[in-house]
Amino acid sequence: MRKKKKGIYASKMKRATHMLFFRSHQKPGVKGWELQRALGADYPKVLEVMNDYLRSLDLQIKTVYEEEKTPAGKPTLEELNRARFYVTLQGELTPKESKMIGWRIDDLAGLAVAISYIISKRGQAPRRDVEEVLGEKLPSWKVGINMDRYIRYGYLQDDENDQLYLNWRTRAEVDEQALIDLLLRSEVQATLPSAADGEKDKADE
Amino acid sequence: MESKKAQKKVGAEKLQRIIEMCIAIENHTVDPFLLNVDDVIKVVQKYFPQWEKSEELNLDSEAICHLASVVKLQSEWVKHRSTSLYTDPFLLEGKLMQATKDEIVSIFLRAWHPVVELEQLSLHSIAEALRYWKRLLPLKERWPELFVSEVAIGTTSRDEMLRQRVLSNKVFSEEIESFWRELKEKIKEKGAEGKMRYWDFIGADTYEKTVERAFLASFLITYGYATLEIIPLEEEVFVKPFEKPLAKIGTQQPISIPIAVTCEDWQKWKRGELD
Repeated sequence: MRKKKKGIYASKMKRATHMLFFRSHQKPGVKGWELQRALGADYPKVLEVMNDYLRSLDLQIKTVYEEEKTPAGKPTLEELNRARFYVTLQGELTPKESKMIGWRIDDLAGLAVAISYIISKRGQAPRRDVEEVLGEKLPSWKVGINMDRYIRYGYLQDDENDQLYLNWRTRAEVDEQALIDLLLRSEVQATLPSAADGEKDKADE
Repeated sequence: MESKKAQKKVGAEKLQRIIEMCIAIENHTVDPFLLNVDDVIKVVQKYFPQWEKSEELNLDSEAICHLASVVKLQSEWVKHRSTSLYTDPFLLEGKLMQATKDEIVSIFLRAWHPVVELEQLSLHSIAEALRYWKRLLPLKERWPELFVSEVAIGTTSRDEMLRQRVLSNKVFSEEIESFWRELKEKIKEKGAEGKMRYWDFIGADTYEKTVERAFLASFLITYGYATLEIIPLEEEVFVKPFEKPLAKIGTQQPISIPIAVTCEDWQKWKRGELD
């Protein structure tokens, strides 16, 4: 009997892996109700078991609640059904690795500045202001291209009044609290290994 | 008489300035606490007894409406300051300006956990694609050339074009408005909680008419006359009209919801099997 139950969970985990890793919509990730339809009402348990497996691979299942309202206590099934689930990296990327996945140091720094600036302005800032901040250290022709890229990737979104907001990818990937804490605590001491210097030299060329 | 008119003019100008200030605050170009709400309310109260015409009363209500938005923004600001995410923007901006690119990246990498995705072709999907390719007819057969016989140029009447359905006898906006009224009436008769099932609204005696109604319903929703309520687990779609058409279309990113209106579904709906 126990063996049979284990088998059912194993097959549900496989199904959950397919759904979470392969994109089936425009955006990655799966809604809770989709998981419930495919795996049954015990899908939170399936995700919990899967998360244990993923941790050993330095991955995790990230839950992003609707309208950023993280429940205070244990989330209800209804709240989970409306949430979106992603597989994200649990640990940190090294600068070299971030370069490997297609991010130049300038672009990543620009993204970090744009996100932090918007958080500091309570989640909304005029695009002009963000571009002005980025323009302090990046050439103006690059600022516009970068901003469009951050919007296209889903890190930021803009409205018809040219106001910028954080978008779904920032909520899924960035630990906003940690970012702000780290920035405020920084005594401008953290420096990158020499790999980044090499890249910067190349960029300057 | 003359002084009353002059006073009204001053009052209207003051309200106009209040509205402009509120709009600037709503657009986040001005600090919400720069506006003293108590003083503004006193101004609104002072001039209210003098308003008689509808445009004067409209101006008054517009000022109150914008004032309410500013109060909301002030309350949000207080709420945010009390959360752990609050940081002094000037302090943070200063830190961002002082830090080098390397330092910022180093900090960001400690808070960034990118989404992991896989892209892979499976043997099954290749086999499926090959089967599809085998079954796919050549373009020549799928899109046969149209042989249109040549006809002499002639004249036609509006009635003839209406009969051929090239033209509609109603202006499209009128058609949408009357469709909206029909939805509201139907909901009064058959709906519950101000909504009704999508299929019960668009369904008609013929499939052709059903498709036409689905087409109109899509515009009803796009133009802000109604909305869709979707219950994903039960796979139920309801249509819900608004009392007034939404004026602010396009403030949020629009979402497209494809709903298949197939002949099979229509037949099922006719038989009462579409639950």
